[in-house]
Amino acid sequence: MRRRGFLGALLSHAVLLAGAVLMAAPFLWMLLTSIRPPEEVFGTVFNLIPTRFAGFENYAEALTSSNLPRAMLNGVIVCVGILAVQLLFAIPSAYALAKLKFRGREWLFGLVLFGLCVPIQVPALPLYLGLAQAGLLDTFFALMAPFALTVFGMFLFRQFFRGYPEEVLDAARLDGMGEFEIVWRLATPAALPAIAAFSIFSIVAHWNDLYWPLIVVTSAERSVPSLAILAFRDTETGGNYGALMAAAAITTAPLILGFFAARRAFLRGITMTGPR
Amino acid sequence: MPIERRPPAGITLRGITKRYGAATVLDGVSLDIRPGEFLTLVGPSGCGKSTLLRTIAGFEPQDEGEVAIGGRVVDALPPAARDVAMVFQSYALYPHMTVAGNIATPLEMRRLSLAERLPLLRLLSPRRPRIRREIMAEVEVVARQLDILKLLDRKPAQLSGGQRQRVALGRAMVRDPAAFLMDEPLSNLDARLRVQMRTELAELHQRLGATFVYVTHDQVEAMTMSDRVALMEAGRVLQLGTPAQLYDTPASIAVARFIGSPPINLLPATAQAHGVLQAEGLVLQADSTVPPGPVTLGIRPEALALAPEGAPGTLAVRLRRAENLGAEWLLHAETPAGVALTARVPATEPVPERFGFTVDPARLHLFGAEGQRIETRLGAMVAA
Repeated sequence: MRRRGFLGALLSHAVLLAGAVLMAAPFLWMLLTSIRPPEEVFGTVFNLIPTRFAGFENYAEALTSSNLPRAMLNGVIVCVGILAVQLLFAIPSAYALAKLKFRGREWLFGLVLFGLCVPIQVPALPLYLGLAQAGLLDTFFALMAPFALTVFGMFLFRQFFRGYPEEVLDAARLDGMGEFEIVWRLATPAALPAIAAFSIFSIVAHWNDLYWPLIVVTSAERSVPSLAILAFRDTETGGNYGALMAAAAITTAPLILGFFAARRAFLRGITMTGPR
Repeated sequence: MPIERRPPAGITLRGITKRYGAATVLDGVSLDIRPGEFLTLVGPSGCGKSTLLRTIAGFEPQDEGEVAIGGRVVDALPPAARDVAMVFQSYALYPHMTVAGNIATPLEMRRLSLAERLPLLRLLSPRRPRIRREIMAEVEVVARQLDILKLLDRKPAQLSGGQRQRVALGRAMVRDPAAFLMDEPLSNLDARLRVQMRTELAELHQRLGATFVYVTHDQVEAMTMSDRVALMEAGRVLQLGTPAQLYDTPASIAVARFIGSPPINLLPATAQAHGVLQAEGLVLQADSTVPPGPVTLGIRPEALALAPEGAPGTLAVRLRRAENLGAEWLLHAETPAGVALTARVPATEPVPERFGFTVDPARLHLFGAEGQRIETRLGAMVAA
């Protein structure tokens, strides 16, 4: 019995390990390539471990030959800005959809669900035209505005708030809290795991987004990390794959660090264990 | 620093009606709750007692009728402005706040402005530290009264059920409200703690001298703690009175059935001409005319006594089960017609193999065909 348990554990770990390797392989490849000298990238002999460590030159190239630092800063501004506005609107909306009784609530929630089905590509053209008309292309506003309202966030938080005990809300109302104060002082702290999970989704999505920046950004001053990486594939820089992968590693690092920092809250958030 | 208490306020309900769609949950309820009294709303689940409490608090505005607290009509006021505190069944503590934070919240909401409650911005208020100190001093006074001083820094999740209950009480007490509303506050506690908290709540009521409106489905809680009890069923108050009045002179079968443990025995009987009542082997004489027809005799378990089997004027019964409660026996028996009777007899002597029941006619309740109480004096009439 014990032996079978051991074998079973061995097997399940082998499967999990294989999955993990499959997931991690591109990242490892990226890291290995980012320290590989150019002659080895295009060379005929393949070595898994680079024969010469070219990390310094590749990373230096990545940081200096393009506007990567500036793009990273822009990326931070855009992602934090989007997330802040998303939370500001999605949390009270979700609370209202989950806990307040008003006419048309179900209908509005239906619209939210409908919104979940609409990809960004659908409103991209009208948004672009509108921004162009307003003379707002190539601005932070243009980068952030389409994502300010997140139906995904509303949906996620609504499901979370639905489990919030009604009696606590009544107690708060009796103590004199208004609905907005209830949202920010009671519901939000309880929803921290959901907020952490949503934040990771949101930041990853907008940090990695190439589609929308490609449409609205034209100048180097408003470039974001995904666009900056693209620059390394330009014919002008000659397709330097070592530097390209170094840039990719640099832009991926904040996401990975962020995930590890919030890992526990993230898992709690997506498994949806609300407050008791 | 003793907290100066205001005089308690009375609550007047006039014709409160509440409907959910087609269902009428409250049907013209009128109640006069006196200042400082402990009034219990008791009844089976779904009788509207919790809805009535929530109507007083302002959570469920009534469709018709009027609520006045301390002589002031509060129908247009939101819950917070009604000056009542509520203790909830689940305690409803703020989960991420400490005990001290929980108890302080109602005071902070009243004494600090919105700006003074906001993060960062509140640091700008010069008067906030002083107010916070005053609030924390009052929180400590309440915590000392409830013996939870050591728990002030804990979070609700780290407390036992009884401790949470006290914190919920503290949060209500610190406001010094016009009245306390309690919605089944003991039902989440284990049996032993419930008995203990019953005593503590009754003592707390005496010490505070405040008006308590208490909702429960447990008639024992209603009988042991209250000054007066309002028994509700199907959205109406069936009877309002002291526990003794409800027990000794129930206005209807429904009241008689709900109050008392073990429950009252109901024996079908027939009223004949000249106020003669007949039920199984029992013949009784009423001192007033009782309309002839079917009636019901209500017999409390302690109004039955053991008698030799087959003695005249007794009820013939067959014992089904005897429960030894130590000082007394509970005898579950059945008449030949199949009516279950429970008797409570002193455990001074062993229960005989075969016996009958005699009934003390002065302690009988007579109910008419509609279940209404018929006020009469009954006397035994030994059958020939």
